[in-house]
Amino acid sequence: MSQLLERAERLLESAKGAEEIEIYLSSGVETEVRAYQGEIENLSSASSSGIGIRVLHDGPGGAQVGTAWAGALDDESIHEALAQARENVRFASEDEFVAFARPDGHPATALSLRDESVLTTPMGDKIDLALALERRVREGDIRIRQVDSANYSDYVAEAAVVSSTGIRASYARSGAFLSVEAIASDGRDDQTGWGLSAARAPSGLDLEAAANDAITRATRMLGAVKPASMKCAAVFEPRTAASFLAIIGGALSGDAVVRGRSFFANRIGELVASPLFSLLDDPTDPRHFGASSHDGEGLACRRNVLIHEGRLEAFVYDTCSARRAGTSSTGSALRGGIAGSPSAGCRALQLAPGEEDQATILKNVGFGVFVQSLMGVHSGVNPISGDFSVGVTGLMIRNGELAEPVRELTVASTLQRMLLDLSHVGSDVEWLPGSAAGQTLAIEGIAVSGS
Amino acid sequence: MSPQLVERDVLQRTIDEALRRGGEFAEVFVEDRTTSSALLDQRRVEELTSGRDRGAGIRVVVGETTGFAHTADLSEAALREAAQAAAAVAREGGGGVREVALGTLRRYPSAAEVEPGDVDKAKKIELLRHADDAARSEGSSITQVQVALGDSVRRFIVANSEGVFASDHQVRTRFNVACVATGDTGMQTGYRPVAATRGFELLSPTAVETAARGAARQAITKLEARPAPSGDLPVVLASGSGGILFHEACGHGLEADAIMKQASVYAGRVGQQVASPLVTLVDDGTVAGEWGYLAIDDEGHESSRNVLIENGVLTDYMWDYLRSRKEGRHVSANGRRQSYQYLPMVRMTNTYLLEGDSDADEIVAQTPYGVYVAQLGGGQVNTATGDFVFGMTAAFLIENGRITAPLRDCNLIGNGPEILQRVDAVAKDFSMMPGTCGKDGQQVPVGCGQATMRLSGITIGGAAS
Repeated sequence: MSQLLERAERLLESAKGAEEIEIYLSSGVETEVRAYQGEIENLSSASSSGIGIRVLHDGPGGAQVGTAWAGALDDESIHEALAQARENVRFASEDEFVAFARPDGHPATALSLRDESVLTTPMGDKIDLALALERRVREGDIRIRQVDSANYSDYVAEAAVVSSTGIRASYARSGAFLSVEAIASDGRDDQTGWGLSAARAPSGLDLEAAANDAITRATRMLGAVKPASMKCAAVFEPRTAASFLAIIGGALSGDAVVRGRSFFANRIGELVASPLFSLLDDPTDPRHFGASSHDGEGLACRRNVLIHEGRLEAFVYDTCSARRAGTSSTGSALRGGIAGSPSAGCRALQLAPGEEDQATILKNVGFGVFVQSLMGVHSGVNPISGDFSVGVTGLMIRNGELAEPVRELTVASTLQRMLLDLSHVGSDVEWLPGSAAGQTLAIEGIAVSGS
Repeated sequence: MSPQLVERDVLQRTIDEALRRGGEFAEVFVEDRTTSSALLDQRRVEELTSGRDRGAGIRVVVGETTGFAHTADLSEAALREAAQAAAAVAREGGGGVREVALGTLRRYPSAAEVEPGDVDKAKKIELLRHADDAARSEGSSITQVQVALGDSVRRFIVANSEGVFASDHQVRTRFNVACVATGDTGMQTGYRPVAATRGFELLSPTAVETAARGAARQAITKLEARPAPSGDLPVVLASGSGGILFHEACGHGLEADAIMKQASVYAGRVGQQVASPLVTLVDDGTVAGEWGYLAIDDEGHESSRNVLIENGVLTDYMWDYLRSRKEGRHVSANGRRQSYQYLPMVRMTNTYLLEGDSDADEIVAQTPYGVYVAQLGGGQVNTATGDFVFGMTAAFLIENGRITAPLRDCNLIGNGPEILQRVDAVAKDFSMMPGTCGKDGQQVPVGCGQATMRLSGITIGGAAS
């Protein structure tokens, strides 16, 4: 049993009287190296730990919950947090739907997501990776005039959740990343490109792929022009498609649904998307960076089919939103670190792959905009109304092939329409960090705003 | 501050330790932040949270390299260990012993009248309920109301090898109302923030009610909204949140880190006309009470008012301490960090456009056809290309000089240096808005502001055909 879990269990013993307690402990270490012009610009190493406590009182009108957290695990911090949570609980509304998770008998999938080599790899090797990445991109193409950040970073994190309602869970994961941003110039015009490689450990990183990605994306944008406004197809490459899927995943949160903040509410069983669209949230798939054996309330994560061949099948729930909806948790509680309460959300979205690779999709689409990067997703997408409008850099698609680069345009529609107007799903699944994997997607009838 | 987080002698010895391997500059940043928040959703008080984060971040600079480590343990032994970890970048070693003398602590007290910790929680909840009632009273189409109140008390001490030794006590309070209205056309949203570097005195029942009613009306109005136009049109930005335009169109591009790496379209352009002569842009950490107010920045330097663009001419960039020292520029006090767990970076404080002399109503009246943006909701920029977006969350058509039909949300997109040239009218009704600025994974509170103004054209990213 992990030390963190033992510590959490000891803390549970401080529960008093009729109160229920839930303890969430987390700890982790991380490294970040940034290289710039052949030197280390920054080198950060840190360990952190913290506690989130929830206290629940049952009353005649339902349960009240109070929460508190501390960014340290010394006794003083923990006692202060516990006292604060106990004070806060008195001011919360009684709510018949509020409860802590209870063991539901669902077995957890054994996953090996923590690679010890993150800890044992010498710092010098990590530094060398960052320096090599910066050099490789700088020297990779004569048009690269600057590499404004080249980073190696990694982490190992562990969490434990225990509760007086019988929850006992701990889980761990690691990650190692290379990321680089390059600026290309042709003397008149500057363009940027971002490359990434992600793995569970340094040995899984692909420096060449990250470097080439940044170089290709920056250089192929040189000479980009603002296109004319028009209506056409948009082809999202895997990275931008993953951003789109993550937004859709947000609207499939049971929390958003029960609060009347999702356009999917009351639409179970309806056709909400093209028959090509089958969306899963499957944290038990170890290939996904969002994989996890347990959710934020300590229940086993499971494979949830959300949309099948265009038909809305299910939402993801944590304990509380499930009770409000009259159903049970799908093991989908997310926690944003130690602060705050769990809430329902997707962590490992993947779309059932189609049959076509990207080149075939481009050929079949014929004409449109190829979306290389998105800008302003937080400011131009409203997941409640469904309005979608984002800034884009990319390339025109002409005669079924990538053509001239375009910039300073937006693509707009509504999320509802985009799901229905989906015309191609790629076979080229990329496992990306974040809550969604991505593959090439084509969507018709997009409004392109330019000059 | 009582008692002091870490004693002067301990700070001094920690800095000495950090310099032992040959560091040229060392800094200890000790922070203690307490926060509390309350959320009312669907008339229920759902989440009352209190939190505390305490720790120290230590950085050591050797040549072009910065080493950084942080710890949540403020004992002298833990600080020494963090100092050694941060100093590990000084791979050459052998700097020997350097004595640093810290003088008297410069203290900057908070101006908050009512400290958040002194407020009865029941009183906070009363305000949440008051806002909820006010929002719902705007109409039966309001189907969802979420009200959030949060406050934070942030105390820090910063000490460095050049003798900076200062402490600040920052109190911030925020309140936001988010509403959903439901009608035949689906759901629409409304949002209003109230936030300041002040204590609980910020939140009068009237202020809270005004925000709640405004958020509700915004959502109800948008039920009638049509898709926004697509293409280049004149745009009038209402006073306040329009300041986001400058934050994105040039603010980030004027931060010295982007400039020094030649990753900004504004690099090498000081003294040049980069904007319409109507543009005088200021970044000003000294505006008392504003969301981006600072007595001192997170590197311990007193905040100041810095003119970035004067009558369209670029006058200066924003600097963190080390870059300004290296370039021989004045200290602009723009070194900020999200918490002790992060390195400081060049960040904006309150960034605003000075007033012009037009009349706000006349600017609209003199626009035959265009878009009136009543509220902006955020944006993003690529400083290397200058391309930026910002999102409108409340907007209307302007037809024949009059504000007419409401429009659905969308982004606007432009290129900073081009768009700054297109500012063709600025009015006198200045106001500021609070916001959260994200950069490289760090969030800090900022203010932005401007009077009603017009762009002769910018691309509206709507879905209308």
